[in-house]
This record gives sequence, structure tokens and C-alpha cells, in this order.
Amino acid sequence: MIHLEKVCKTFGDLKVLDELDLHVPRGSAFVIMGPSGAGKSVILKHIIGLLRPDSGVIRVDNMSVPDLKGEPLRDLRRDMGYLFQHSALINWLNVFDNIALPLRETMDLPEDEILDRVHHVLGLVSLSQADHKFPSEISGGMQKRVGLARALVTRPRIILYDEPEAGLDPGMSVDIARMIREIGQELGMTSVTVTHSVDCARTVGDHLALFIGGRIALQGTPTEVLDSGHALVHDFLQGSSKS
Amino acid sequence: MNFFTRFGNRILAPLVSTAGFGMRIAGETIYRIPQLPKRWVTFREQFYLSCVRTLHVVVFVAFFIGMIVALQVGLELARYGQQEAIGYGVSLMMVREMGPFVTAILMAASVGSAMAAELGTMKVQEEITALEVMSVDVISLLVLPRVLALTLAMPILTILANYVGTIGGGVIAVTQLNLDFGAYTTNALTSLRDIGDWIPLPISLFGGLLKSLIFGFVIGVIGCASGLSASRGAAGVGRTTRAAVRDSIILVIVLNFFLGKFLFQ
Ligand SMILES: Nc1ncnc2c1ncn2[C@@H]1O[C@H](COP(=O)(O)OP(=O)(O)OP(=O)(O)O)[C@@H](O)[C@H]1O
Ligand SMILES: [Mg+2]
Repeated sequence: MIHLEKVCKTFGDLKVLDELDLHVPRGSAFVIMGPSGAGKSVILKHIIGLLRPDSGVIRVDNMSVPDLKGEPLRDLRRDMGYLFQHSALINWLNVFDNIALPLRETMDLPEDEILDRVHHVLGLVSLSQADHKFPSEISGGMQKRVGLARALVTRPRIILYDEPEAGLDPGMSVDIARMIREIGQELGMTSVTVTHSVDCARTVGDHLALFIGGRIALQGTPTEVLDSGHALVHDFLQGSSKS
Repeated sequence: MNFFTRFGNRILAPLVSTAGFGMRIAGETIYRIPQLPKRWVTFREQFYLSCVRTLHVVVFVAFFIGMIVALQVGLELARYGQQEAIGYGVSLMMVREMGPFVTAILMAASVGSAMAAELGTMKVQEEITALEVMSVDVISLLVLPRVLALTLAMPILTILANYVGTIGGGVIAVTQLNLDFGAYTTNALTSLRDIGDWIPLPISLFGGLLKSLIFGFVIGVIGCASGLSASRGAAGVGRTTRAAVRDSIILVIVLNFFLGKFLFQ
């Protein structure tokens, strides 16, 4: 489904991806953890074609993403959802219109169906009351949830979450993690989730990869990896709890 | 060799790529004009911002420009006892050059810079990227209504500037040169009667309006294209806005020369 092979990417002198291999099977809930600044967001941006690798293979649905442009790329992206680390809501549209935007712009839906769909996803992220507010009027955590609703509203087959739990209180973060898993299973989505939260990783993922130094250092089921007692895991968890 | 390589890399390459990007945006905007009805709401808002909200500045500046032109030209003409001709001079100068030009400069500084800042902020906050990821057509959603609103606002404001500027000239004619206002306006209107070779319309007036239309399009495209190429945070937005105003003013001046030569010579 999502397949990365020997992907390299440097920004100036900084080698962010170093022959990265990553394979996400169809229907799986894949979690990536790793130190801050390691390049996790960069991986997601490569998968959706926002960044091009210096070398290596990136395939989604057997299509080579870096070679796609124009309409084929848009077609692929219509099947994908992306939750941005910093939400990236459109600041001059209110919450409702932000979520409705991809429906209005890329699909031919009647207005009442748009209304239904938007209210459904707003309910999922517990924001039904906030639909008329503007992004600048709601908190960071609420913006994150709106971003999540916007990523889900088109019912994509593949969804990429960049730190879905960031900026949420513990209770909400558990709810969101659960919701991500349930929606994924219900709709048979393939997801890649980047997270700093061990709880989130355990709840969401059926596969966990530890990304350190530009490549996957360790992978397996979340329990296997997190309870392996491996020195890298130990260091990472100590380090990440410190920061 | 080293100097030329550096010059090429630092100055020419960015210049060529900026120009290329601008032209691409221009082409894509023109290509999407049929989608305007879909963007009507944004277009109306932008038109209001471009036209109504800059009206008072244009009126104020045009009035002074008219007075300046009348004063300088009038004093020279008076030395030869020709001050009656001032009406011809001021109205031609306003309608052909000063009206379109001054309006364009004001629009570049206010509306064009606002577009660059607005789209630039969206760009650095990843909003544009988010639109791309959602396969939303950024040109149609953001650029088209802005560029068209500015393009159509320009001739309207220019007509206003022409009118107010000519009146400003009239004030000088009456107060400083002791002319009759009625005679001044008759002269001013007579001078605009010339019909063009290639359009059956008063050439000075419509040539000026055609110029203003082109200026509006250029300012809008440069504002939007600069905004869309912003990078690196708030400082990047500042840099982008500055570049947008500078580039559009330079281009307006250069175009003004060539269009003037083509239209009125
Ligand atoms: N477009 C870019 N241009 C230059 N450098 C970049 C770009 N995008 C990312 N980087 C650099 O790549 C590195 C990895 O960035 P990335 O955002 O992927 O980190 P991350 O693992 O997501 O960190 P965090 O957990 O803090 O979000 C950083 O050092 C960053 O400065
Ligand atoms: Mg990140």
C-alpha cells in the first residue's frame, strides 16, 4: 500500500532521511515514533507528495508518488487525508466552512449531504457547538480537532496523522486515539500516525516503528517494541519524557 | 568567471524563476476566468476592498496631482502668455499618464501589498499546503477573485482619478492663473475628443483605461505570486510584501513607457 525504499533526503547539510525503508500494508494502523526534529513530519510529507526525495522509491497504491503531478496527483490526494502538525486551518473560514471546504471544492455533493457529513465529523471530535467559530477564536487543541475532522470528512482510504494528540488534555487525547482506531477499523482505512505519546501509540497502532537517525531503528507491534527493553527504546523513552 | 557565476546564481537565476512563476500564475488565472461565477462571493469582497476602500486615497492624491501638473505647466505657459492652453495640458496628462499611473502606484502599495501579505501568511502557516493536499485549486480559490477584482477596480478608480485630477487642475487655473473655470473645462474636454486609429473611441481616455486594466492585472498577479512563494516565517512574509510592492511598481513604470509609446505615439 505505502512503500518506501532507500529514501534519502537532505536539507542543506542536514541528512534527514537516510536510506529509509518503510512498508505499510493495506488496512494497517502504522505508528511512527521518534525524537523531535528527527524527520517524522518529513516522512509524511514525502508520502503525500509535498516533498520529493533526493533518491529512492516512494509508492502509494503502486504509483510512484514523486513522479505524479497535475491531475493524477490530485486524484491520489483525494483518496488521502492529512492532519497537519499545526492544524493549518484556513483562517478566514469558520470551523464549518473549513471542514466543508474539501467537500465543496473537490466533490459534487448536494448542500444537505455536506451539512450531514460535516456535522457527523464535528460530533466525532466533540465540537458540534463550535461550528460557527473562526480558527483564531478557538484553542490550539480545538484547532487540532477541527483539522482532524477536516481530514476525515472526505472519507479517505489512507490517512496520515501528524501528532493527533498534541495539545490535547489527557482525557481528550485518549478519546481521540480511540476514535482514530475505531474509525480506521470501521472504514478499513490505512493510517500512518506520528506521535510522541506512548499511550496513543499503544491505542492506535497495530504496528510501531521507531525512527531514529534517518531510518527505522526498530519495529514490530507496539507491545513488542515498547516492552522489548531494547537500549534504543529505553533511551528514547527517557529522552522523550525529559523533553 | 567566478564573478559571472555568482552574479548568475544570486541575481539572474532568482529573477528568471520569479518572472517564470509570475507568468505561470498569470496564465493560470486567465485560463480560469470562466470559473468566476463560482468565486462570486470572494470576488465581491475583494472588489469592495480594492475599489471602495481605496477610493478616498485615490481622490485625495489625484486632486493634488492635478494641481501639481496645472501649477508647473501653467506657470511655464504663462511665461509665453499661453495659459489658456492649460486645460488641454492637464486633462491629457491626467487621462493618459497620471491618472492610470498614480492609481496603479496607490493600488500596488495598498491592495497589492495586502494580497502578498495575506497569501504569504497563509503560505508560511501551511494553509496553502493544506489546500494543495486537499486537491483544492489554489489559483481558482484565492488568486482568481483577487486578481480580477483588482483588474476591474483599476479602470473605475482611474476614471475617478482623471475626473478629480482635472478638477484639481481647474482650481489652480482659476486661483493662480486667473482663468475662467468654464473655459478651462471646455478646453479640457476638447482635448479628449481625438479618435484613435485602431479604436473608434476617444484614444487618450480609453488608451489610459486600457493601461490601467493591464496595470491592475500585473499588480494583482505579482501580489499573489509573491505571496504564494513566501517562505520562512513572519520575516519571509515581510520580505515577500516588500518585494511585491517593489516589483509591481518597477513593472508598472516600465510597462507605462512601452504602452504609452504604443498607444499614443
Ligand atoms: N522544508 C524544509 N526545509 C528545510 N529543512 C526542513 C524542511 N522541513 C523540515 N526540515 C528540517 O528537517 C528536520 C526534521 O523536521 P521534521 O519537521 O520532520 O521533524 P519531526 O520529526 O516532525 O519533529 P517534531 O516531532 O518536533 O515535529 C528538522 O531539522 C527541520 O529543520
Ligand atoms: Mg513533526
